[in-house]
Amino acid sequence: MKNLFIAASCAFAFMAGGVQAQDTSIGSSDPRSLRIAFDVPYEPFEYKDENGELTGFEVELAEAMCEQMNATCKFVIQAWDGMIPGLLARKFDLIMSSMSITPERAERVLFSEPYYNTPGGWFGPEGFNADVTDMDAMKGKTVGVQRGTTMDTYVTEEMSGIVTIKRYTTADDMVLDLEGQRLDVVFVDYPVGEQTVLSKEGFKEVGEAVKLGEGVGVAMRKRDADIARDVNSALRTLKEDGTYDTIMQKYFAYDVKI
Amino acid sequence: MPPDFIAAWLNKNDIFTALTIMEYWDGMVTTVQLVFLSLIIGLVFAVPLAILRTVKNPFVSGPVWLYTYLFRGTPLLIQLYIIYYGVAQIPGIQQTFWWEIFREPFYPALLAFTLNTCAYTTEIIRGAIVSTPHGEIEAAKAYGMNWFMRMRRIVLPSAARRAVQAYSNEVIFMLHSSAIASVVTIVDLTGAARNIYSRFYAPFDAFIFVALCYMALTFILVFAFRKLENHLLRHQRPVGS
Repeated sequence: MKNLFIAASCAFAFMAGGVQAQDTSIGSSDPRSLRIAFDVPYEPFEYKDENGELTGFEVELAEAMCEQMNATCKFVIQAWDGMIPGLLARKFDLIMSSMSITPERAERVLFSEPYYNTPGGWFGPEGFNADVTDMDAMKGKTVGVQRGTTMDTYVTEEMSGIVTIKRYTTADDMVLDLEGQRLDVVFVDYPVGEQTVLSKEGFKEVGEAVKLGEGVGVAMRKRDADIARDVNSALRTLKEDGTYDTIMQKYFAYDVKI
Repeated sequence: MPPDFIAAWLNKNDIFTALTIMEYWDGMVTTVQLVFLSLIIGLVFAVPLAILRTVKNPFVSGPVWLYTYLFRGTPLLIQLYIIYYGVAQIPGIQQTFWWEIFREPFYPALLAFTLNTCAYTTEIIRGAIVSTPHGEIEAAKAYGMNWFMRMRRIVLPSAARRAVQAYSNEVIFMLHSSAIASVVTIVDLTGAARNIYSRFYAPFDAFIFVALCYMALTFILVFAFRKLENHLLRHQRPVGS
């Protein structure tokens, strides 16, 4: 048993060494090559257009950022559940998939400065007329959120025990259950709700949008401080030279800049 | 080393608090309810279906064959999606009393699991019935037993003995398949693990713990089936053991 343990730890150390060696070779190559992960569809941030091409606010911002950093970038599709594990397992180097900066996530990954912030929005059917901030009116209602989002944290902290919380992996499944009347109301990232819920007949915004958290940042591995430095300076340049505003105006009628 | 080491580790961990342990516990209760109920209902329906499946008349055995073919030929996840999301799309169902049942994710999942396990169990029992030795049936006929009595006294008891080992596998598979209930918002063991994982971003802690929970449940099942097999198959043991 002990021998097995030693053998296993040797094998592990060997693998870790192998990965590290590979890492330095990537770091030294010029121009730098980076793999950026997105979870699609998450309109209007990242989704595939009619031709199957990856596009959206964050995708265009990532393209501009890579150009600014003089890096060759490859885009990777990764489901939300496996985002942070995938990053830590070196399947990709950056996450630019609307990942809000939270203390729990910051324990595992390194965040850039925030590059946008959108509020959480309450959406429900036309007939819904309870005040979402009134806990008595909300008692017994069923609220849908995306698992692990800042909206999930907010509802879990503020409304546990008052409402029934249902957690979904994708926004699509959640909207399907809202249409099917399994949910009374959903609390979702505002632009996503705008695209997926308000675009449907018979649904409306049912409460005031709530500003949550510090905003969304690029997530990297903790050891990649040099990449983070370049990402931050690239983002700062884009925000100042107007590139950011041009991209933003393409996707939003309101300000998400932070 | 063990007690101090474990106590120290427990003290500095944020994940396994009383609150999250309770979440896992509630998840375990849901998993056990879901699996136990679907297995019981599935078994109750599987016995008559298996008998019908062995009938010579194709108008009797055909529909049963079609049912088992459909449910064994498609993934359980797809069956669950169709039942859970599909019924919500039926126009006007929200106004009928059925919606009281299908609104909650538990019942669509129970229905999907029951239909699935019933299909597999039907085939397991059918296999055991058709492999009844001819001699036993002929002897029963020679004693003047009619079809019903033959089934009840000879065929089904000996088929049950032959089926129990394959059925214990089906039970364990069902326990593990039930993990997909979490995709339709049921907070079963896996659902609890996913919620805790997404709160703390600690996949190893959250999922290894839940794997241990499933292993503990499997161990109980294996133990119970071994007792049952010892009881049913005691005539096969060497004399005096």
